[in-house]
Amino acid sequence: MVAFAGWSLPVEYSGLVAEHLAVRTAVGVFDVSHMGEILVHGRDALKFIQYVTCNDAARLVDGQAQYSALLTEQGTFVDDLLVHRLAEDAYFLCVNAANTAKDVAWLAHHAAGFEVEVCDVSDRYAQLAVQGPRAAALVQSLVVEDITGLGAYRFRRDVAVAGVPTLIARTGYTGEDGFELYCAPADAGWLWKALQEAGNPLPCGLGARNTLRLEAKLALYGHEIDDTVTPFEADLSWICKLHKGDFIGREALLQHQAAGPARKLVGFEVADRVPVRDGYPLVADGREIGRVTSGSPSPFLKKNIGLAYLPIDKAVVGTQVFAVVRGREVPCYIVPTPFYTRPKA
Amino acid sequence: MANYPDDLQYTKDHEWIRLTEDIGRVGITHYAQESLGDVVYVDLPKVGVTVKANEPFGSVESVKAVSELFSPVSGEVIEVNTKLADAPELVNTSPYDEGWMIVIKLSNPSEVDALLSAAEYEDFIKEK
Repeated sequence: MVAFAGWSLPVEYSGLVAEHLAVRTAVGVFDVSHMGEILVHGRDALKFIQYVTCNDAARLVDGQAQYSALLTEQGTFVDDLLVHRLAEDAYFLCVNAANTAKDVAWLAHHAAGFEVEVCDVSDRYAQLAVQGPRAAALVQSLVVEDITGLGAYRFRRDVAVAGVPTLIARTGYTGEDGFELYCAPADAGWLWKALQEAGNPLPCGLGARNTLRLEAKLALYGHEIDDTVTPFEADLSWICKLHKGDFIGREALLQHQAAGPARKLVGFEVADRVPVRDGYPLVADGREIGRVTSGSPSPFLKKNIGLAYLPIDKAVVGTQVFAVVRGREVPCYIVPTPFYTRPKA
Repeated sequence: MANYPDDLQYTKDHEWIRLTEDIGRVGITHYAQESLGDVVYVDLPKVGVTVKANEPFGSVESVKAVSELFSPVSGEVIEVNTKLADAPELVNTSPYDEGWMIVIKLSNPSEVDALLSAAEYEDFIKEK
């Protein structure tokens, strides 16, 4: 168990590698109740969401979710998040646990002048993530209506899963197909047991969640993104819709785009058996050019992989750099990302 | 108990040592390998290096973390398990035999008195 943002979370249950592989090849279940949930509602909800997030929420229809970010005036990350449109005047945000209080304060501060209410509803929701190629069949076996037809980033409210009312979303943080089930905290234990009885999804901890998201190159706040980097640097320009109208950070991003970012997030493979981990320096031509933001052995690919910010001239596929591991320089190669893409069904 | 053989001595850092006069073979315990999970890399010193009791002599890495290895005794490394370079998983599958790490020629054999017996080590890990 490990302390995280006021929660006590399991790093692993039966073993990180087994848990990781279960999600890639069968199905696993994560208790991610620590995630924060924020409800934004009111007449100006869409206008407000458009102003505080960088993606284009106007493209959403009811029952659709979108990966987006809250940015500072400098165009750097306050947080990344999922924006779920419940209705034109109501949005359900899923944010990082460690950032929830900061996000709520940020949103409340910028709500002045908008007819909108911002509520931290984290205490009202537990969340179980059922992930893997067998996730759809497993969850379907506990639901009367058809949910296998639910598209990626689509969700439905008030769906009974094993009799438990849930908001069920076709989302995840593993690079696999799957669902995130939001339910009342009092119902979560029952839902967990019902899933186990229906199909034995392997319980998965934070350790596997981290290696799975790394293989899929999904950013983690505090590692790839924070209030010192912009979405352009983080290879997340696709979530910045600069022509949707004004939003916080837009001016900075426009300037940043004109100048071009000086560094970029890239993936690398280690040409050695030694793992390269978070925080290790990367060097080239005898000087430090970056630090590893996330690095680990990849349980599925059976290679050592990592992510790092590198100067643009080094951020090119095929470039060799060296990681410093306990004083030894270990060769690494910039590779295309994501490291892992799930096979098309 | 088979998980903690009686003919070995143990440290609170979860290493074991098998002593034959002033020569000791060193590895990590069943408890240590189980806590680490799948071992993917073992960083060991070269033959001829001097190690000190309770000080790091190398490191062992699983997918989730890197952990330092602490020497049970002081002395000179006279043998290193080179098989672990290509087969680090031996630390998991055979922690007391094929998964051994280094052999030390003790420079101060009295340090052995500070080590734990199998029974003492088992009591120690039960408290954790």
